[in-house]
Parts: sequence; C-alpha cells; structure tokens
Amino acid sequence: MPTPTPSTMDNVPAGSAASTVDSPAVSTVDKTGAVIARLAARLRAELGTAQVISDRQELRTYECDGLAQYRVIPALVVLPRTGVECAATVRACAAAGVPFVARGSGTGLSGGALPHAEGVLIVTSRLRDIVEVAPDDERAVLEPGVINLAVTTAATPYGYYYAPDPSSQQICSIGGNVAENSGGAHCLKYGFTTNHVLGAEIVTPEGDLLRLGGRAPDAPGYDLLGAFVGSEGTLGIAVEVTVRLVRLPETVRTLLAGFPGTDAAGAATSAIIGAGVVPAAVEMMDALAIEAAEAAVHCGYPAGAGAVLIVELDGPAAEVDAQFEQVEALCRANGAGEIRIAADPAERALIWRGRKSAFAAVGRISPDYLVQDGVIPRTALPRVLRRIAEISAERGVRVANVFHAGDGNLHPLVLFDAAVPGQAAAAEETSAAILALCIEAGGSITGEHGVGVDKMKYMPDMYSTDDLTTMQLLRCAFDPAGLANPGKLFPTPRLCGEAPGRRGPHPLAGAGLAEVF
Amino acid sequence: MPDAPLDALLAATGGAARPATGADAIAGVPARYVASPGSVAAAAAAVRVAAEHGLALVARGAGTKQGWGGPPRRLDLVLDTTRLTGVVEHEAGDLIAVVRAGTPVAELGAKLAAAGQQLALDLPLPGATVGGTVAVSTSGPRRLHYGTARDLLIGIQLVRPDGVLVRAGGKVVKNVAGYDLGKLLTGSYGTLGLIVECAFRLHPLPAATAVLRRHVHGPVEAGRLVAAVRAAQVVPSAVELDAPAGAEIELAVLLEGVPAGVTDRAAATARLLGVETVVGTAVPDWWAGYPWPAGGVGIKLTAALSGVPAVLAAAAAAPERHGVAVAVRGSAGAGVLYAGLPAGTGLAATIAVLADLRAATAGAGGHAVVLTAPPLLRDAVDLWGPIAGLDLMRRVKQQFDPDARFAPGRFVGGI
Repeated sequence: MPTPTPSTMDNVPAGSAASTVDSPAVSTVDKTGAVIARLAARLRAELGTAQVISDRQELRTYECDGLAQYRVIPALVVLPRTGVECAATVRACAAAGVPFVARGSGTGLSGGALPHAEGVLIVTSRLRDIVEVAPDDERAVLEPGVINLAVTTAATPYGYYYAPDPSSQQICSIGGNVAENSGGAHCLKYGFTTNHVLGAEIVTPEGDLLRLGGRAPDAPGYDLLGAFVGSEGTLGIAVEVTVRLVRLPETVRTLLAGFPGTDAAGAATSAIIGAGVVPAAVEMMDALAIEAAEAAVHCGYPAGAGAVLIVELDGPAAEVDAQFEQVEALCRANGAGEIRIAADPAERALIWRGRKSAFAAVGRISPDYLVQDGVIPRTALPRVLRRIAEISAERGVRVANVFHAGDGNLHPLVLFDAAVPGQAAAAEETSAAILALCIEAGGSITGEHGVGVDKMKYMPDMYSTDDLTTMQLLRCAFDPAGLANPGKLFPTPRLCGEAPGRRGPHPLAGAGLAEVF
Repeated sequence: MPDAPLDALLAATGGAARPATGADAIAGVPARYVASPGSVAAAAAAVRVAAEHGLALVARGAGTKQGWGGPPRRLDLVLDTTRLTGVVEHEAGDLIAVVRAGTPVAELGAKLAAAGQQLALDLPLPGATVGGTVAVSTSGPRRLHYGTARDLLIGIQLVRPDGVLVRAGGKVVKNVAGYDLGKLLTGSYGTLGLIVECAFRLHPLPAATAVLRRHVHGPVEAGRLVAAVRAAQVVPSAVELDAPAGAEIELAVLLEGVPAGVTDRAAATARLLGVETVVGTAVPDWWAGYPWPAGGVGIKLTAALSGVPAVLAAAAAAPERHGVAVAVRGSAGAGVLYAGLPAGTGLAATIAVLADLRAATAGAGGHAVVLTAPPLLRDAVDLWGPIAGLDLMRRVKQQFDPDARFAPGRFVGGI
C-alpha cells in the first residue's frame, strides 16, 4: 500500500529548522544565488541540461517528503543517472560549499529528505536498475532508486525475497530504506534494513566513491557500513546497495483475533512471546483504528472488538502448524472472542488490508492527523496504552492506536481538524506527550520513521549532550564541512574544526545554526 | 619513589590498581600499570587518569584474544574489566538483557537459560567476556540464523578515550534514533573507547534440536550439499564443515525448533544429504572451535556463498603447493571459514599460503585476515590484507582518539 501523506497540515506549528533556514538575510540570498547559478552551470555541463532543475515551479514539486507539514523549496534539483554522476554532483557541491540533501521516493515520515533552501536536492529516482539478483549467493545488487517491493518481485522466481517491508514498500526506495534503516511489520522476526544490507557503494560528503562491505560478510576494519545505515543522509549517499535475500517461507499462516480491549490483546502478545514463539509479525489496532479501517476498506474485522491482533507465523510447515495451534490457544486463554484464520492468500490479504490501510483510513474519520512513531518495552504496553487513553481524554484529542505490538513500536494517530482554532496545537502537544511517555518507559523516540527534522528537538530527551557529541564525532569523520543533509538529526550541530580545502564561511555557522566545536 | 599515575589510578579505582608484571604483557609488549575498576564510574575515572597522564592503554577481559591483531605500538596501562561484571537487567518479557562488559558470556548464558532464553552468540573461546566478544566480534556456527554481535547488540555504554561516559542505542530492539555507534564499536578491537556495558536482544532457547552429520569427498561435493540445504525449506540454524588437513570433510547441520517441526525438518535434511547421514542431537566435538593449535596461525576467510568451494580448494591445495597442512573449519552456509596452519610453519610458507588464500577469498568477494600468529610471523606478514575505506577509518579513529592512546597499532592499517 502507498504511504499515506498526511493531508493538509500546513497550519501545524512546525517550530522547525526549516523555518529558520527559509528566511535568510537578503545579502546572503544574492550571494547564494550567484553560487547556485555557477554550480548549476557546472552540473549542466557535467551531467547534461535535463538532469538539472532550477525552474521555481518545478522545484516546488520537491518541497516536502512524506511529512508534508515541513516545506522548503530547494535551490536546485539534480537527477543523476549513475553513481558517477551522483559523485560528480556531490563533488561540485563540496567545491562550492553548498549543502546537499538526498531524496529517494520522498515517502519518509520524519522530514529527512526535506530540501535545504540554499542547497541541492539530489534525487536518486533515475538510479533504478536491479544490477544483479544472485540467488546462489543469496544477494541482490541494487541501485538506490529501486523500489523496495521490486526487489522481492525480482527475487521471487528464484524462491527468495527481500525481508524488510515498510508499509510504503510499493513506492519507497532502497536508498531511502538504507538512509532511514527502515523496518516494517515483519522486522520482529527478520530484523531491519541494517541486518539485510551487506554492502554499499557510497558517495562520501566530499564526493568520493567508496565501497563498504560487499557480497561476503565481515569486511575487516570498522563497520562503517553499520554506521552508515540509518544515518539519515548525513554521512553520504548510497549509489549501490548489496542486500541479503531470504528464502521464501514454506508456509505462512495468519490469524486475526478480536479482543475486548487493548489490555487483553497486549496480554495475549506477551503470552505468545513468553511461550518462546517468534512470530513473523504481531500487529495490534484499537477500537478507533478498527472503526477507521472498516469505514475505508470494509475489512470485516470482528464487530464490537475493542482491539484486534494480527499474528502471522512463517517457516517450515510442521514448525508453523505446531506453533499456530499454540498461538490460537494463547489468544483464547487471554480473552479473544472471534478468531479468524486465513484459509488462502486472498483471506490473508484481507486481514492485512485493514492494518495496512489504517493510516490512510484515519483520514476518513478525521480531516487531519499526526502519525507518531515511538517505541516502548513490550512489557510496558498495557500501562502505556492506558496512559495514552488518559492523555487523550484529558486533552479532548482522539488518538487511534495502530502498532507493531511484537516489538513495542507504537504508531498512535492523533486526530484533529486544522480548521478548528487550537486543535492543531493540541494535537501537537498530545503527540509530544505520548513521545515523552515512551522515553519515560525506557523506549525510543523513533522505531522506524527516523529523526529527520521532526524529532531533533526530542533527541536531548533521550540522549545526553555527551552522547550526541559522540555521535557527531562520526559525522565529523565523514563530513567535516557539514554539507550532507545539514540541519537534521542533531538539534545542536557541532562544527568539526577547520576542514581542509574548504572556502568561505561554514554553511551552518553562516545560517547561525552551529557553534564552533 | 612517588608514582603519580599509579597514585591517581589507585584513587580512581578505590585501590584496584597495581604495577604491571611480566604476566600483564599484551602480545609481548610490557605494561606499566594494571587497573581493575569495579564499577562503570571507576572505569571512567581510570580512563580519565590515563588521559591526564597520556597513558596508552589496552582493555583486557578474560584475555582470550590478547594474541589477536597487531601488538600495541605503545602500552602503559592494562585496563582489566574482570571486576566490571554482572547482569544489570534481564527483562525476560522484553527479551533483552543489559550486562556489564567484564561478565563472562557463559555466565550470562547460564542466567538467561534459567528463564528459557539465550544470547544467541556462540563462543569460540571459552571464558571470553561480553566486552571482548563485542570488541573483537567473534562469532560461531549459529550466526547463520541469529546473526553476529552487531545484529544482537541494541545498546552500548562506553568510556571515550577522554574519559567521558556515553551511550548509544537503548534497551528496546527497535530504535533508529541517532547513529548506531554500537555497530561502529563492534569489532573495533578496543581502539575507539572502553566498552563498559552492553544491551542485547535475546532469543528463546529452542525446545528441540537435531544435528545431522556426514562426510563428503572434497570441496565440490561440500559446496553442492551446502547449497542444497540452504535452498531447501529446512531453515538450518547452522551449516558447518570441518576439513582437517589431509582428511575427509565433515558436514554438520544444526536444526532448532519445536519437537514436531525439528523431526520433520531433520527427515527432509537427511534426504538432501544422502544415506551416509547420521542424525543425532549432539554437535560434533569440533563445533564452534577454531582449527588452529596453540602457536599456530589462525586465519579468518570470508566468501560469497557460491565461492566457498573455491576457498576450500585453495586451502586443500596448500600441502602440494607449499608443503603446509591447512585445516579449515567454519560456517560454510554463511560464507565464513577459519583456516589453521600448524605451529612451526615458517615465514615463507605462511606468506605463500596466505597469498593463495587471499587470492581465493578475493575472487569470492571476501577477505583473508590473520587473526593470530606467533610473534615472529605476526610482525612480518600483512595481517589484514587490503582494507576498503581505510582513510575514512583513520579519520574516525582521529575523531575518537586523537592522541592514539587506545590499543594503538592493534587494528587495521596500524590504527
């Protein structure tokens, strides 16, 4: 299913870095304009006219990613066709001291691909070749613009698939997955993007092509690839990615169980995990989320259920059959009413349709909504859900809960109507309160959507200043000039001392965003 | 005579510091002091002392891998983590554990087993601590199914070379907030900081296991059978082989799961492997161990799966080509093998065998890294081979440890 784009959210008070970089002093604009014009000319000469966009109307189509409340029009958009062209683009940016932001399909939900007003947006959508599918090595080699689902489509004839399955998998790109360390419903059993990327050719922030890892495991030296995956475009751009292919399971069995409420569904989840079962997925939706899904896709979930659980097991048939009976019994023992077992792929798809449409479906019952992404220890689930309900009641803001129950990754959907004064702010506050709850429970501010611009302000709630400074040591090693996706991830960017060969004021210092470190 | 660094280390550790003895030498390099902090705070204080006095240091857990990597270029302080022990948190319902770095992995395993859980990391060197296992990233047969330390580590606390205590990650399995410094630290050989605490994701202990073994006639047949098992629907937890010098190769496949499932999968696997297969529940005695003797040369070989037979063939050719008997063992199903050369192998022969193995692994997209070797050989051969991204690695080291005081010279490119 396509990633839902939150509808009209321009009125949400952003308080973002975006608004800061959007209104530079006039003299800076003139100077920047000249730098960008020279850069555009160089890139047109090197890549061809068609690969460089500077028309204001065309640029506007790139002003946001999947998190539409942040909008910035880039100074320039470049569409490289090869890794070498991508490197040339970055090298030109580095030479000119111009920041750059990489963008894949633009489905990210944290504003990680939000353009820089005085920078270049490098769009990887033309790097779309599946270079190789090598079932004998259980590997595929991909360009970054390849769509996630296309990898599975290409590998399926050989009996393999690509395991990470973010809900946007029909349109999101592998390069974006690598930048964000994307997860998905099935990462409970199979892990995240970082567990499935074996190698990458990257363009460093200085414009050099560099191979990290490869087809064999355990390349000697620091695990720079492990550090690169999930770095949200701040350490460079992947131009080729080698991924692990996973054998298609012999059997997949899926059940849908209706519970009186989220407490019972949560208890069933704990019982399943506690019994030593490792399901491929355990997903939960509460009453409001069920209502929305029913209205949108008529998925036929049990009427009157206060919560539903989707449990999926996959693997060898004998293994799955034995554990599936156990899961069914544990659901019943924990208060499940109706249990529906998919008899065929069509019924399985129907069960999943309700879950996968949940984000978009909420748009049917509310004019606007915020998607939150927080993580809690699974055992804290009942307590945290009760507290979310209290927060919702206290503030008069409706919250629909959809989440990956197996790994404690919550996606509360905070509903509001931007046309009603005060509702947007109340929704924002409610969303923030839920995140604070996640941190307090010992969890994380993001399980799969990333920090981007949206959650920078929460990073100090999760990490100390020293923790964040240490992360930026890595940044300084990769990107001493601070040109790769600046203004994301870290609330207080640090400069790395004098960068060799760099001319002019530092872009972050110039924008008043950074202090010298 | 007053000894300012020692006095400061004694103060930092509450008296747990002493002058080093000959037994504290690391890879033959003598140290001046040993500090054994009993808490995370004391460990940070000891590292601050080292920073203030410009002491070069090497962290030591159980000492099982002190002969790995290059010898330290300089050494003042051995930072002994064996008092930095204990399981800080084991939340069985969340399948996570937080443990101090000096805790023996086996001790952690025993605690977790009581709750029917495990840290799914094999232990090639018994006695190894959590910190040493993560710092060097050792792994074993079940990496095929569970991954390695990088995949199981979800949070890390470290003391930076300047003595500042920091952490990255957390104690939830799903977390993408900030850089994954845990992966950077995993396998960094102690060159970026002192690992003091690790959080891991755990797995349930399997209810049933089966082990299938058979002998095969050479690398090609081994490769064919491994590929058949990998392509089938039996979901092995490990596909191992043991190729002693001059003897037949033995294959062993580990299956884990519920009793009914394991029975079914064992039957299917036996059909793939052929009538010679022996089905049991015990792993062979060579399981998860390295194939080199004390005083021998230990080499890690990595390859794309399809390249494993070629790497085996290169090792098998060593007696004829170079007069050296090379034993090979490891995770054929994961593309990770270990080669052992006998004690007493000469320099020229070692270099020649290593060149063959490097050519074979490079042809299979992998590497041949000398993990351990007697001092005379270690100082004369290129332990690591070609390293992609070495310049960037040096820059990372420069950022974390600008004075090069943490295990200088132990890692790739003399880092």
